[in-house]
Amino acid sequence: MKAFITVIGKDKVGIIAAVSGLLAARNINIEDISQTILQGTFTMIMAVDISEAKLSFEELSAELDDEGKRLGIEIAIRHEDIFNAMHTV
Amino acid sequence: MINRNEIMETVRMIREHHLDIRTITMGLTLFDCITDSARRTAEKVYEKIVREAGELCAVGGKISAMYGIPIVNKRVSVTPISLVGASGGEYIGIARAMDRAAREIGIDFIGGYSAMVQKGATAGETAFLKSIPEALATTGKVCSSVNVASTRAGINMDAVRLCGEIVRETAYLTRDADSIGCAKFVVFANAVEDNPFMAGAFNGIGEADKVINVGVSGPGVVKTALATIPDGDLTEVSETIKKTAFKITRVGQLVARTASEMLGARFGIVDLSLAPTPQIGDSVAHILEEIGLEQVGAAGTTATLALLNDAVKKGGIMASSHVGGLSGAFIPVSEDAGMIAAAQSGALTINKLEAMTAVCSVGLDMIAVPGDTTAEVISAVIADEAAIGVVNNKTTAVRLIPVYGKKEGESAVFGGLLGTAPIMPLSRISPAKFIRRGGRIAAPVHGNKN
Repeated sequence: MKAFITVIGKDKVGIIAAVSGLLAARNINIEDISQTILQGTFTMIMAVDISEAKLSFEELSAELDDEGKRLGIEIAIRHEDIFNAMHTV
Repeated sequence: MINRNEIMETVRMIREHHLDIRTITMGLTLFDCITDSARRTAEKVYEKIVREAGELCAVGGKISAMYGIPIVNKRVSVTPISLVGASGGEYIGIARAMDRAAREIGIDFIGGYSAMVQKGATAGETAFLKSIPEALATTGKVCSSVNVASTRAGINMDAVRLCGEIVRETAYLTRDADSIGCAKFVVFANAVEDNPFMAGAFNGIGEADKVINVGVSGPGVVKTALATIPDGDLTEVSETIKKTAFKITRVGQLVARTASEMLGARFGIVDLSLAPTPQIGDSVAHILEEIGLEQVGAAGTTATLALLNDAVKKGGIMASSHVGGLSGAFIPVSEDAGMIAAAQSGALTINKLEAMTAVCSVGLDMIAVPGDTTAEVISAVIADEAAIGVVNNKTTAVRLIPVYGKKEGESAVFGGLLGTAPIMPLSRISPAKFIRRGGRIAAPVHGNKN
């Protein structure tokens, strides 16, 4: 099962390390990362495989949300189906 | 493979432009709850709702987490209670059972305290109609609707007259809360049986036992898309709305399908309606203003709304395997920041709103009027809307709130999604003789299609 994590906020040291560390500890594989910084706003998209995750989607979503709050940025995860539904016919 | 821009477009729609799923509504059949004891029927209604819809909120939460999109309301609609309660001969007890069940399972509203009397009312249905004010005043989550007209049957003016009285009495009984009971009551022409939106949702008699109907939202997304083509002509405007409506509806279809699977229910329909909220950036009025009106209510409002309504349908229809409900643009005054502003400034009048209802998906919706408005005037407004619906072969509806003790220039405050309503003037010229005549207005020629 694939999902996309989006991280949006003010750029600072350690964002990728924090998110990837959290994912590794929950047995979630990162398949792709892309990031940009536009006018000081950091935007990162991670494609992840959550098939072997040690926790449910809801729990993971809540943990990422908490981690985002700790870092002062927004971290969200969405199942790939919502993007496929919206952008493919 | 989805690309970065597409991912960010979806994310922006949700986090910046208020894209959400407005409601997951479970339609439930209650025919199997009918007994000849009113008390036993009410018990069975309570048990069935709790049993079948008990997981609705939990499933809504799971889907919301999975797709990262808010699901604003979880609701239940049931078989019209005028039918369910007919054998037991008492209805209020069922309304209370519905309210108890709705609280138990944590849903926002439950619809279906309803009757279909477009051609005539049975003795039981008349008793049911008279129970509506008390039902609305003594419950919190129960919504009620009455279908008084259809293109096939014409308009039942006896029912129209009674509905004016129901609105007045409900306003009085809920006078301590700005007559909020009237916000839970809607009078229809050509009511649809799979509407997921309140106050008019009920599970029609042609529906299956357990059905999921989903209503999407997204006025903010449409407005934002239009802001990218400030100089585009109206063909471009329409194309942009269609593309946006397609994307929004695809999310509705995904959520409806997922919810149906998780709840062991049938997928019913996706309702394409653009449903506003009082939040800034979530207004249908602001879309019309983005198209080019200085303020909604200006000349051109009906034409821009017609364009919007048509483009939303055309974009949405291909995005869902089953489109239904009301599917168009909603224009509830109190629930739309742009409509509220226009009503307050005098730009938007009830006369203009009436014209708009000929081209949008519903009718005169969430409009606060002076508390001393007579029942006959309310009935006559209902008759006008019903005539527009019947002749134009579309759904129309009236949800007027004659706010007890308040007059033009004041406001009614309902809070939450129901918003704030400036009290708008209604014509005080009497239609009383017309209303008191009673009887039926015959179906139009094109209602006789066979």
